[in-house]
This record gives sequence, C-alpha cells and structure tokens, in this order.
Amino acid sequence: MMARINSAKELQAYRDEVVKKVKAAGKKEVAVCCGTGCQAYGAKDVVAAFQEEIKKQGLGDKVEIKPTGCHGFCERGTLVLMHPEKQLYQRVQPEAVAEIVEKTIKNGEIIEEHLYDNPTTGEKHKLESEIPFYANQKRLILSNNGEIDPTSIDDYIAHGGYLGLAKSIEMGAEKTIEEVKAAKLRGRGGGGFPAGIKWEMAAKQEADQKYIICNADEGDPGAFMDRSILEGNPLAVIEGMTIAALATGADTAYVYVRYEYPLAIERLNIALGQAREMGFLGENILGSGKNFDVKINKGGGAFVCGEETALIRSIEGRTGIPKPKPPFPAESGVFGKPTNINNVETYANVPGILREGAKWFTSMGTENSSGTKIFSLVGKVNNTGLVEVEMGMKLRDIVFDIGGGVPNGRKFKAVQTGGPSGGCLPESKLDLKVDFDSLTSEGSMMGSGGMIVMDDQTCMVDVCKYFLGFLKFESCGNCTTCREGLRRLHELVSQICDGKGDENTIPLIEELCETVQKGSLCALGTTGVNPVLSTLKYFRDEYEAHIKDKKCPAGVCKELITYEVTDACTGCLVCKKRCPENCISGEKKQKHVIDTDKCIKCGICMDACKFDAIRIY
Amino acid sequence: MDTAKVEAIITKHNGDATALLAIMQDIQAEENYLPRDAVEHVAKKLGIPISRIYSMATFFESFHLEPRGKHICTVCMGTACHVRGAQRLVEQLERDLKVMSGGTSEDGLFTLEEVNCVGACALGPLVIIDGKYHGNTTSAKISKVVTGMQKEEGGK
Repeated sequence: MMARINSAKELQAYRDEVVKKVKAAGKKEVAVCCGTGCQAYGAKDVVAAFQEEIKKQGLGDKVEIKPTGCHGFCERGTLVLMHPEKQLYQRVQPEAVAEIVEKTIKNGEIIEEHLYDNPTTGEKHKLESEIPFYANQKRLILSNNGEIDPTSIDDYIAHGGYLGLAKSIEMGAEKTIEEVKAAKLRGRGGGGFPAGIKWEMAAKQEADQKYIICNADEGDPGAFMDRSILEGNPLAVIEGMTIAALATGADTAYVYVRYEYPLAIERLNIALGQAREMGFLGENILGSGKNFDVKINKGGGAFVCGEETALIRSIEGRTGIPKPKPPFPAESGVFGKPTNINNVETYANVPGILREGAKWFTSMGTENSSGTKIFSLVGKVNNTGLVEVEMGMKLRDIVFDIGGGVPNGRKFKAVQTGGPSGGCLPESKLDLKVDFDSLTSEGSMMGSGGMIVMDDQTCMVDVCKYFLGFLKFESCGNCTTCREGLRRLHELVSQICDGKGDENTIPLIEELCETVQKGSLCALGTTGVNPVLSTLKYFRDEYEAHIKDKKCPAGVCKELITYEVTDACTGCLVCKKRCPENCISGEKKQKHVIDTDKCIKCGICMDACKFDAIRIY
Repeated sequence: MDTAKVEAIITKHNGDATALLAIMQDIQAEENYLPRDAVEHVAKKLGIPISRIYSMATFFESFHLEPRGKHICTVCMGTACHVRGAQRLVEQLERDLKVMSGGTSEDGLFTLEEVNCVGACALGPLVIIDGKYHGNTTSAKISKVVTGMQKEEGGK
C-alpha cells in the first residue's frame, strides 16, 4: 500500500525520503530502452539476460536493471545506458550481456565493440552526450525517458514529478493560466494554437461540468512521439492534465488513444492506478479541495478523429465526423460541456513550465514558438529515431547533424513535415528555421512532428499519390469537396504516375486543389492539398518528366520504368532463382537477361543482387 | 457469439450507449471480428438501431465484419515505410499467401492487412505478424517468415 500524499509539504517530504532511499542503496542503474523499436530488436530478452546475470553474479544489491521508455535512437537499438555517467552501449544483444556485467558493470572496463562508432569521423564515443545524434538535441521531455521507470511513481517523484502540480495549486487557477500563457506554449498536435488561451476560454465558462481531453490519437503516418511519451513517461502527461483540470475547473478527463498502441494503454493504466492510490487523482488532490480523475478511451482507427470535434463525437459513442467551429470545444465540447483539449506532447510540457517558470520555457526556442519540439526523424536518413530540438533549429542541422544525412551515399531530395496536412520541402529550403510559422509560410506545416527524409530514389509524384490515397480513404465523407475532390485528385495524380497525364492534367489538379481547400470544413480537406501543392511548387520538373517524357526519374512508378541487368552481373543465378515470374534467363557465370515483357517490376531481383547489377531506366 | 459473453461486456460498460465504441472493441477482442448476432444483441440491449453500430463499424478502421484468419499479417503503410518500399512487401505477401490485401486465405490461416501507421517509423518498412514486429525487413526476409509458418501449419 502506498502512502497518500495530502499536501505540497508531504510531497516534498516523500520525495526527500525516496531520494534518500535511492542514495542509501547506492545501486548502479542500468537503463535498458524498451521502446517499441528496441523491443522489436529483442530488448525484453536483453533485460531478462541482465536480470539473470546480475542474480548469478550476486550483484542484486549493487545494480538495478531498469527497463525504460524510448531513448530515441531507434536506429541503434537495443540501447543500454549506464548511469550516472550515462555511458551508452548500442546494438546490445542478449548474448553480450554476461560480458557487459562482468567487464563494465563490475570492473568499469569499456567494451569497444558496443560503443557508438561515428560513421563520419570513425571515432568511437563512450558517453551518450558525445554522440552527435544526442549532442545536438535539447531533450526536455525525452531525456526523462532514459531515466525513469515508467511503471514507478516513486521514480517519477524522485525526478521532480508532481512538483509542478504542487506549485500550480499554490499559485491558484488564474495565475497558473497566466503562467502557461506567458510561456507561449503552443499546441504540439499540429495547429499550434496557444494552450493558455484555450485554458482561459474553458476556465471562463459557467457550467456544472467541464472536461479535459488528451488527444493521443496520433494519426499522422510517420510520427510516433506521443506513443513514446505515453510509454516512457505517462505520469508527465497525467500531471499536465491534472494541472489543466484544476486550472479550468474540470473534474473528468478522457485520454483518447489509438488502439494500435497497446503498450501505451497498459502504461497509462498502471500510472493512473498509482496516481489514484497516492492521491494525485481522486478527491481533494494535494489538499486543494478539488477532485479529478482520468478515463481511457481507445480510438477506433480513423485519422479524422485527430480533429478535435470529430474526436469529441467519437468519445460520445458516435462516428467521428467534424462539426463547424464555433462553438469551440472550450465552450461546448463533450456532451455539450466546456472541454479543454490538448495533445500528449503539449500536456507533457506543462509540469516543467509550472515547476521552472514561464521565463525558463521562453528562454528556449523562437519569439513565437517557445520551448522544444519532438520530431520523428525517419525515412531515408542514417540516424532514425525520435529527436527533440529547440524550436528554430535549421532543417539542415536536424537532417544532417543529428540525422547523419542520407544513407548509402544517395542524394538528399526532400523532407516531408506535417504528415498528410504538410508538405515536402526541397534542398533549397534546408536553411529554414523550424517553428510553427516558418513551416506554414513555406507551404508545409509543423503538424505533430513527423519528419520524413526522401532521397533521389523517392518519386515526389508517387509520394503525392500516396498522401492522396491516404486522405481519400480517411475523408469522413461529410463535405463533398473533400470526399469527391480528393478522390478525383488521386485519380489525376495516378494518371500521371501511369504515364497517362497530358498538358491539361496539372492545371486541372491546381484548380481542384483550390476547390477542396475552400470548400471543406475541417483541416483534412483544407490542408490535405498541401502535399499536392508543395510537390507541384518545388518538384514540378518531376511531374513534367512523367507527363512529357513518360519517365519516372526516381525509378519508382512502375508503368514508366524498365528493369535491366548491367555488365556488373557475375552470373551468380541468385536473381534468376528468386524471380517470381521466371523471366530472368542466363547460364552460370554469364550475364543474365530480363524478359521485359514478362517482368512485373516487383524489384525482387534488385533486392537480391549482391553486385548491384540490376538497374532501372 | 455466446450471449452470456455479450451480456458480460455490456454490463461491464453499464449498458451505456456512449460506450458503444468500447463495447464493440471488447466484442472484437473476443471474436476477432463483429459477429452479426452479437451486433443485434447489443443494439437491442442499448436500445439503438443496428444501423448505428454498422455505421460505426464501417467508419472506424479497426473493425471487421468477417471472421479473420488464425494468423494476422499487418503491413505498415506509413510514410516512412512507404518510402522504404512497403508496397513491395504487400505484393510479396500477396504472392506468398495467395490472397489479396484485406482478405483471408482460403484455408482460413492467414489474413493480410494494411495499416496506416503503427508508430514504429524508425523500423520501417515493417510487418507485424501476430503481434510480433518484423522491422527493417525486406521482401525476401518476410517471405521466409511466412513460408516457414505455412510449412509449420501444413505439417500439423
């Protein structure tokens, strides 16, 4: 049974006690990343191997193995971080654990082969902070993921948890809202609306019941920061929601989380249980006289439910179709009651703002976009993973310094931000300072923070077709311009990919984009044309190559490409054996030939060839 | 579906029509799809038209109206996976499993599905088979996994 904390004073005393206990035990902490990425590499087996080895060597009272949330550097999983010096071993397999315990944990020896080797300089880095991927970040939120056991509220408290709530209660509702406004915290879910102004609007409403919603319906393909926060540090989000609730006068919250995120739901449930037991949820929270609790709603899998009014309808047990605004949710939200809705990352920023003050928060970032933003840096980039940077960092620094550039010596072509509502920015925009306003002014969007890098083998027309396919499928069907317009746009762009476009296709696309933009109610339609407009703006030559020359320069659009065996072929027979259509002929040690009439362009031969002897023209 | 089971799920949610989504999810968790008889029972109990349940079931992507296979192969079609060749994986699996994406193989063993994004973008392209993530995969690697499973099933 955990102790119930009834006041800020008791919280401080409890925290001191926890910290003292941890210090007295004097255990060496070894944090094993158990984010989704590392789990796919077998992180759970690594944890099990560590626990067994620690037991075997009788080190149970000296070492603590801590399975934690995502550390961000998914590319190099499984990650093992040794505290307090923060020495990082990467790509750790269960077989390596015995040696790590024996040499490094017991005797402080470094095992070279597990260190990060910098592909650019060839240098090996011992500490997490020396690795460029981490060194160039500002990890306000993500750093806790490598420190805290997400299933332990004591650990959260030891790392400053709930001090923000205590401070907020001491300040009172009005001053709390003023602080969030002064911090210029903007919604991290995409829109970038100032959170403090939303809170103020909800607080001003007179109602017998108000609600809080946490939007965890992270639907943008290519973004997974909310998942990682919920999995790695669920209590930060819950504390943020509690602060918002007490400030706006709400007593009930819903977390609307994707059903594809089972681990996030599990971790949230554990955290909620512990917070209830200790009195951080329930009645008379920290002696404030206010009550608050949180319910979890699993999403049904509809992208449009990321839009707040659609999400609210879904919580009410109906299909998620957006409503016109106003009234805003702050005036009339769930069941017609005033509702404050923010996303996961926004709430996760709140405890820090209250704890450290608005000035601290605005000291980071740019004039109108303060603080940090988490991006999921993925696609054709060397260091894939989650990165948290100060707002205003140049795109180039994110993609090349942190991300390590494009793999396999290929050429950078574009970076896509903002998901299906965002756009593709070319190399000439790499010096853009990333914040809410700069991205919008260039025809893209911050969105929830997906950042997908594309190289010269990515066809921009195909990417445009991809997003349109996504959006036409996800359109709720309410507005004709969105429902029919996106469908027609998808048809037109598909025609171009199939080599059937003509000189009228692009003008027609542009006209239709304007119609969809003007005639749709929610952002799915109004910003859904951004992928089309931005690719047309920056990569028009690629569209024209498809239309005029009937060529796909990136070698992606099947109707416009042909596979061919080059002279580099050694006649090893591998592609011939793997071809599902049996359309490759040739004898051993002789150059093979592809029968282009029978070839279905599946690309298997290209993947299978070890000599890079298959080319697309 | 066993009526008692449906009843238990409805009771768990206090017979509350605003919890319809959760009730449907619980039924699907039991049966892997939404059986007609269960849908009818829920509609009657909650006092709502059957059409409302079907409108939810067809609006939200997570629901299935047909029984699904013993093994579920889900290919992530998120942007990061797309630019790394997810489409090729779908085509490979369609050939190996002899089923079009979205369908279930004739022997009822495999269902092949696509999903918009599972939020494991750093591992793309990726396929989830019965809950296990196969990250940074290729058509050759994933083909090996499913043909292995097919052999195992055939051997029984």
